[in-house]
Amino acid sequence: MKKYFPIAALAVFVILFQAAASLAGREYYLTQLTMAGYYSLVILGLTLVMGYAGQISMGHAAFFAMGGYTAAVMTTHDLAAGGALAQAAVSLGLTVTSTNAFGAKIIHFSPWVSLAAAVVLTVSVAFLIGIPILKLKGHYLAMGTLGFGIIVYRIVLGTHLFGEADGISDVPEFGLAGGIAVSGDPASRVQNYYIAAVMVILTITLLLNLVDSRIGRALRSIHGNEEAAGAMGVDTSRYKLSVFVLSAVFACVAGVFLTHFNGGIGPSQADVMKSVSFVAIVAVGGMANLWGALVMGVVLNFLSLRGYFGSYDELVFGGILIFIMLFFPDGLLRAENFRGPAALLDRARSVLKRGGDNGIS
Amino acid sequence: MSLEQFLQYVLSGVTNGSIYAMAAIGFNIVYNTTGIINFAQGEFAMLGGMTAISLSAFLPLPLAIALSVFLVSLVGALVDFAFIRRLGKPTVLNMIIMTIGLSIAIREVALHIWDEKVRSLPYFTGTEVSSINIFGAYISPQVLWVLGISGIIVAGLALFFRYTLTGRAMRACASNITAARLCGINTRNMVTVSFMLAAAIGALAGCIVSPITQTQYDCGTPLAIKGFTVAILGGLGNSAGAVAGGIVIGLLEAFSISVLPLAYKDAVAITVLLIILFVRPAGLFGKKEAARLKEF
Repeated sequence: MKKYFPIAALAVFVILFQAAASLAGREYYLTQLTMAGYYSLVILGLTLVMGYAGQISMGHAAFFAMGGYTAAVMTTHDLAAGGALAQAAVSLGLTVTSTNAFGAKIIHFSPWVSLAAAVVLTVSVAFLIGIPILKLKGHYLAMGTLGFGIIVYRIVLGTHLFGEADGISDVPEFGLAGGIAVSGDPASRVQNYYIAAVMVILTITLLLNLVDSRIGRALRSIHGNEEAAGAMGVDTSRYKLSVFVLSAVFACVAGVFLTHFNGGIGPSQADVMKSVSFVAIVAVGGMANLWGALVMGVVLNFLSLRGYFGSYDELVFGGILIFIMLFFPDGLLRAENFRGPAALLDRARSVLKRGGDNGIS
Repeated sequence: MSLEQFLQYVLSGVTNGSIYAMAAIGFNIVYNTTGIINFAQGEFAMLGGMTAISLSAFLPLPLAIALSVFLVSLVGALVDFAFIRRLGKPTVLNMIIMTIGLSIAIREVALHIWDEKVRSLPYFTGTEVSSINIFGAYISPQVLWVLGISGIIVAGLALFFRYTLTGRAMRACASNITAARLCGINTRNMVTVSFMLAAAIGALAGCIVSPITQTQYDCGTPLAIKGFTVAILGGLGNSAGAVAGGIVIGLLEAFSISVLPLAYKDAVAITVLLIILFVRPAGLFGKKEAARLKEF
């Protein structure tokens, strides 16, 4: 039960924040918080791969983009002029008709169909790429995943179907059920904030249970020592692969939802720096720390999306990475970091006095 | 494809490849003494180009480049003194995040110093329109500068590592750090030297390509990714492998343009790299142990 207390606290915070934002007449804060929430789904999935299974992935933005672009293409491509396949899709009831920004009626795939297609695509790609890539280790794994991310980015940027440098806009809303829809319409801002919040709460509940299970223990044993885990009968490559695929699905779903929320997607969502920032946030969150990753993910993305730092935004992000790696290499959200200013001052002093006896050389 | 065309592609591939090799050698030098990939390596090249451009406004070109290389090597030393030395028993991932943070910070500081404008050094000889005819293929004289200077750097490094005390001490660190320390080598200072050397090589590479590819505050990251690709392809820590890997990647990219749209150029080299890694997980010339050691 103890595990669910922080989740309840999160739910209470979500409600209080919305109430406070609405009372203060600053509901527009909820827009950026919604986006930050979707990004934190990617980060939570990546925490499982990095913190628990001990495998780095520098290409997770690719899975996010796969979800987003699949949704965007399938829900904006007009099937009215299509061939036999389009006819079949229409007759199977996989399509809906909506009006685009120019007032013209278009027939396109239902967002549910595109969500399913995005998940199937991501699972297949993550599975196929994961088998050879997860055999790599250390820096070679970093390069392999980085390379995969670059390939996806280049395909997105160079292909006419994906809108090249302009991306895809006019993505319609995603009607979930009972009039609730993922859309960027300012009138449904509060509603969308709660959709994102529910997604985050579901994800973290699932992952907290997963890391506490037999699977979670197997993953940690792989992180500790892969050979030893294998000798104990843990099927290491299968576990690594399943976790990789699972985290890719989280990234993909986040991509689908955020694309419907933003009403479009651009190639910057697949950029290498995006993947790098996901990795960095997992690290500053404390690696094997789901709550740390969630808090850092939401806070950093929110501050950046609100544009508090103007043209110094990236500099602040780099500075935060350096600062946390120097002073809090195990993440900020740890009990030992909350023992008053004297302890923190002590730590700062010892870091500054360090002369390099740290095992690097 | 005519012979002239073929030669043109080869020359362009080798030129780009030698720049990638420079970046990869910078990675290798730091990797060999520390076991980390310094993701800020590309930023050294950007800083080198930018500083030389600013200095060339009131200094003769060779002097501006020399001073820029010296200043950037000081930045390399500062990176080690101010940040790498202060890390307490870091994991490899902590060090990677640290250098990514430094890379972002250096790039953004450069943005605020030099703004977003694209700049370039003047051509070392001739102008952007002068060209030399080699068996029917046309190249800019700057290409000869790039090839010549990279050749000199590679040869110079080989001599440095073989015949100087510092160079030998650095090799000792690379092969066995404990044994090196037992021999009385100050391994800490070797890390500083390796950062300075990597920064200097990066800066020089950044200067010699500046007339061809131009310099902007964010030109470091793509170069770092290329350098990392090449270093992995050649086998981490193997500088001869880096040269071979650089030329392989350069040629692949050059010839890919003749069959595929330009937009996919970057993806082609990396696809080939991934296929090679799947078959040989330690790169073309890397040792198996190197790919297993120093994991996360």
